Parts: sequence; structure tokens; C-alpha cells
Amino acid sequence: MKKLLIGNEAVARGLYEGGIKVVSSYPGTPSTEITEFLSKYDDIHSEWAPNEKVAAEVAFGASLAGARSVCAMKHVGLNVAADPLFTLSYTGVTGGLVICVADDPAMHSSQNEQDSRHYAIAAKVPMLEPADSEECYRFAKDAFELSEKFDTPVLLRMCTRIAHSQSVVDTGERKEAPVKPYVKNGEKYIMMPAFAKKRHPIVEARTEAITEFAESCPYNKIEWGGKDIGIITSGSCYQYVKEALGDTVSVLKLGIVNPLPRKLILDFASKVRRVIVIEELDGIIETHCRTLGIEAEGKSLFTPIGEYSQKTVSEIILGKSPEKPTLNESVPARPPMMCAGCPHRGMFYALSKNKITVLGDIGCYTLGAQAPLCALDSTLCMGASVSGLHGFNLVDGGKSRTACVIGDSTFMHSGMTGLVNISYNATNSTVIILDNSITGMTGHQQNPTTGYNIKGDPAAKVDLEALCHAIGINHVRVVDPYNIEECEKAVLEETEIAEPSVIISRRPCVLLKYVKTQSPVTVDNGKCRGCRKCMTLGCPAISFKNKKAVIDHTLCVGCDVCKQLCHFGAIESEERK
Amino acid sequence: MKTTSIMIVGVGGQGTLLASKLLGKLLLDEGYDVKVSEVHGMSQRGGSVVTYVRYGEKVYSPVITEGEADYIVSFEKLEAARYLSCLAKNGQIIVNTQEIDPMPVITGNAEYPSDILEKIKAAAIKLDALDALTLAEQAGSSKAVNIVLMGRLAHYLGIEKEKWLSAIETSVKPAFVELNKKAFELGYAQK
Repeated sequence: MKKLLIGNEAVARGLYEGGIKVVSSYPGTPSTEITEFLSKYDDIHSEWAPNEKVAAEVAFGASLAGARSVCAMKHVGLNVAADPLFTLSYTGVTGGLVICVADDPAMHSSQNEQDSRHYAIAAKVPMLEPADSEECYRFAKDAFELSEKFDTPVLLRMCTRIAHSQSVVDTGERKEAPVKPYVKNGEKYIMMPAFAKKRHPIVEARTEAITEFAESCPYNKIEWGGKDIGIITSGSCYQYVKEALGDTVSVLKLGIVNPLPRKLILDFASKVRRVIVIEELDGIIETHCRTLGIEAEGKSLFTPIGEYSQKTVSEIILGKSPEKPTLNESVPARPPMMCAGCPHRGMFYALSKNKITVLGDIGCYTLGAQAPLCALDSTLCMGASVSGLHGFNLVDGGKSRTACVIGDSTFMHSGMTGLVNISYNATNSTVIILDNSITGMTGHQQNPTTGYNIKGDPAAKVDLEALCHAIGINHVRVVDPYNIEECEKAVLEETEIAEPSVIISRRPCVLLKYVKTQSPVTVDNGKCRGCRKCMTLGCPAISFKNKKAVIDHTLCVGCDVCKQLCHFGAIESEERK
Repeated sequence: MKTTSIMIVGVGGQGTLLASKLLGKLLLDEGYDVKVSEVHGMSQRGGSVVTYVRYGEKVYSPVITEGEADYIVSFEKLEAARYLSCLAKNGQIIVNTQEIDPMPVITGNAEYPSDILEKIKAAAIKLDALDALTLAEQAGSSKAVNIVLMGRLAHYLGIEKEKWLSAIETSVKPAFVELNKKAFELGYAQK
């Protein structure tokens, strides 16, 4: 049946039809929907793991037990899962194992734009890269067989434009893949030196075998056109090339981006006058061409930074710039921001007002870095706020007031281990867990602190207070971030004491369906002095017109945080039940 | 046939995703090759959002770049100015006259430009401006701005109104079908 599917849904459908039994993932834009769509199938097991390393190891265990298994993650998630990946390459698989990894060139929702293909090369595992939803579906479906045929995990590389673009897919039916019987095989699965030494040559031979497969497999294809220029490309770049250049050039489109074929590329290059490699991010195919002795052009023409488009290709290859209308107007930026009623805002206000040095983490609360709150000093990677704070305090030695902020889901992901270190190696660090009872930024996924699993069914709930106590933190207190005074008091007291402490800033995300919001607050124009104090919160519901604050009733959810700031009692709430 | 490019731009939370879902389904039912592209995640939090819809016999690129959009449907006035350079020669822009202050305006670091529509007109661009928010409220919900604007776009695409209405029936929850049909008609009836 023909359907319009985003790439991630097409991947999910392909995996489903390909006989998946188990999926374990940690959410991360732009990969999240793969697992969300898979969770809708009741005949397979799906779950959110606390982090990508756990997810990849769950997939390993399921494969070891004989089932086709999957984990999905964003590019930086693969850094976390890199440890199991590199040795999974040695063990190989029993049931087919597919690792979906979604890159984010241009960093629409990421902290860097690393190129995941380096992992495929370094870990010596094959990587497929689809160029539209139809290929997402087909490649995902075939990936299990490829995995089992070559006894290797298979990486499926997505990027934002493929993961989040809808295109037409003709879907089919699920083909059951029976679970293979488990047979103990230590030489294959116990990777201690004696056995691993025997596996490494197998990995090298496998790469040769897959290279041979890549020479003639249907995933790599040549589309002959004009022979003056031959383009070698893959993924979304293929679409930009076809859009901009049509059949004026010949195109070698690669669907397997690791290992890269040799004969196929040499043969293609020999039939065109000029070879140009068009690939986003790093010049990996280009480097391969050069090792084959081909004078390929690539990064000398195309930047390793950001996303391309048909415009990029057209400007560089054809030297054509588009005709476009211009407006003599400076347009103010519209950055994303914390929502009206966001429970993070009150705590950030308390931190900002008291000039605390705050190490931040990855989530919605990274937005606390923006004006007017400007409450963060750093953001590195998942969990780094907690471990980084310990390091900062080792050097700072209590000269400044410091803290870190980390969400509930991120704390489960990799904040806990940092807190163990704070406790064990004893710095007077204050860790603030912004517990909004959900994984927010990626679009509301459950996690081990919420009490629900991926399907929304009740599940064991991690008790954060008890956990922090068990780790060895004596000072653990819970505050309501809608209460500014309470937040300030907690921050000032806990950053003062001579031992580690945890503040749990607890209130569910205001966008959660079960959260009851209050009637909006209004500004009494007679009382408002136009001091702009309420504007320092950076609430999207509050603006300033004719020297007075104005509150947008369609956005305000009555959190009353601004009301607590007004010295003149100008912000009023309706009588509430 | 040439690929047609439509950009839907606005502010995160305005319902641009439902509009593109409706449009994508309609175009697929019409037998076109279709690509609909948007960015999820960070951009949803009240930031500037853009969705690309492209259709024709065979569509390659999922994105629309400068000078390529045959239509821009802007859910907010400032966003029309932001993405104007994407409009093709002779392209049509449909603008909801609603103003939503971005954070730099809220914090007082920037002014909301006062005469965007006049400037767009002065640049000899085909402009169709309407107060979609008021029309949506008339239909029964301020959230129906998206469907009012789809009603307006329907004027230009040459696909029969009945097909749009039946696409609405299958794209929105049953309880909201009547409201959205009314919103569509109100947008369609303008001009």
C-alpha cells in the first residue's frame, strides 16, 4: 500500500516487516520516531533504555539469544554506544542486529555535527545510507539478512533530511524470522584476548567479502548521463544532485557507505572526464577515491560544515546563483525558548539572580542559556554537568557559588555516575535535578523516573531521593520551581554547606496532557510601573506595549511565577477554585 | 511536469505540521509524487518553523531554497519577511496578519518591524494577506488558523474544494471535523 511516511517511520516499517523481535533505544533527535513507531507494534518488544550503551547491549543480548534486534540513536548517542559497537564487530551476531544512527548536519537539534561514517570505518562494520523513505524502508528490511549473511552488526545511517522528510513508500507484509536456537559458543562470544585474537582476522576477511558484495549489490547504482562530470554521492546529497543537475551528469549513488567498493568506483571514474564527490560533512568517499589513485574533487569545492541543498550544488557546479526577492528590513531572530509555564524557568531565575556558576546539560533546559536568563556556563554532552561540576570545584575550591542542572532523563542516562564520583571523591558540589517527569526535548518519552514504560503502562519508578541517599548524599531536598523564594533559599543554603548536596526541582512539564493549568494572570495597568521586572523571566506570554507589561491570555497558563516578582502587585490572577 | 514547491512557515506551536500533513495526503491522493520535509525537536519550542511541501511527477530534493517557492504560506507576519528570499519569480505569498513577538522583541533588544506588508507589496510581490486568527475564532477555535490558511491556499492550487474537505475528514479527529471544515470555508471564501 502506498503511503507518505517520514524516513523514521519507513525505517520502523522496514524493520518490522524484516522480522524484528526486540528494539531498545534512547531517544535523540532526529532518530526518536524509529522506536516510537516500532512501539506501536504489539507483537515485538520495544523499550526505552536509560542510555544508548545499555540499548546497544540489550540488542546484543537479544541477538545472542537468536532474535533479530535493533537499537536506534542520534549521532552523539553512538559515542555512548561505541564501546559495545567495537567489540560487537568481533563477536558478530546470531539474530540479525541493526543499529540505526541519525546524523544532524547543520545541528538543527544537536551539540555537534560529527559524521557517523567514521564509526563504521573504525569498528569495521557495514553501513547503509538511504536517500528517501522508500530506501529507508527497503534498506531497513534487508539489513537483518545482510547482518546474518556476513555475521556482523549493520549500521543504518540517517540524517535529519531523510529521517524527517516524508516521501512515498509502498509497504508490504511482515515476514516472521524464527528465533535461532541458542548454542553456547565461547570462542565467538567471549571476547578475552585468546578468543578476540582469533576473531580479528575474521573481521578483516569479512570486510573484504562485504567490499566484494558492494561492487555489484543493488544498493550501489550508476545513472549514466553527461560524461563530462561524474558525481559520486550518497543519501540526501543524491537528491540535491539530481534536482540541480538532472541527467547532465553521470551519478554513482552509493547505498553502502562502508566498506566502499573499489572496482565499481574505478570503472565509473574511467568513463567520465571529471570526478566530483558530493558528501555532507567529512570527505570520506573522496579520500577513498584518492587512495584508489583517482583525482577526485570534493572538499576543495564543498564545505565540511552544515547541510547542502540543490542551491549548494547548483552554485558550485554550475556557477548559478538564484534570482530571489529581497526586502530591505532587518528581521529579528526567533530562537526556540522555554514554554510559558515551563517549570525550569523559576529555578533558572533563582540561579541567574544569585549569579551562580551553572554547568548545564542536554535537554529543554539548555534553553536556560539564552537571554534574558543567561543562566548557564557550559553544555558539553549528556551527564557532563555533574562530572564537570566536580572538576570545576576541585580547581575553584569554593571561591564561587557553583551548581549544575540536569534533567530527570539525562540524570538516568549518565548523571548518576557523576554523582557517585562527587560523593566518593568529595567536593562540595550542588547538583540540581530538574525533574519534569518526562524526557522533554525529544517530544515526551517515558524514562525510568516517570513510572511508565514506552507503551504508557505502569512500570517500576526510580526513587530519586532514595537513589541520591544511597549514593552517599546526605543533603537531598525537593523544591517546587513555581515557588521562587523556595528555589532561592534552597540554592543559597545548599551551595553554602561544606558537603555535597542535591536539589530536586520537581514539577511535571506543562505540556503533559495530565497537567492541569490555571487561568491566566492579567496586568493591572494602573498598578504597573513599567519596571520590566517580569520581563527578566523571558516568558513568551509576557510582552511590553506602551510602557506596560502585557500578558497573552492564549499562552499564559497561570504559573504565577511573574506574579511573585512584581513589587507593585500589578499582576493579578482570577479567583481560582 | 515541473515540480511545485510550497513553503509553510510560522512559529512553533501554530499547527504548521497538521497543515502539511493535510496537504501531503491530498497531493498523494491526487496521484503526485510528494515530499514533505520539516525539522522536529529544538525548533518546536516557539522558534521559527518551516515545512517544505513539493509535488510533481518525480520529486528529488525534500527542501526548498532561495528563489524556488511557488507559494509561501506564512502563519505569522514576521516569518513572511524571514523566508521571502525563498519565493520564486512570480511566486505567490499568503500571509496571516497575526503578530507574535519573538524573544529579542520581548526582551527589548529588537523592534517588531512595523510595515512588513507594505514593504512586501512595494517589492512587487504577489501578496494575499488575511486575518486568519479572527476567521479561526469565528470558526470556533484560535487553533484553526492552519486550516483557514489551507482554505486560502486551496484557491491557487486548482484542486477541487470537495477533495480538500474529504482530506480534512481523514486528517483530523472526528470531534474537530466540523470546526475545521468551517475554518477551511472561511479561508476559502476570502477574496
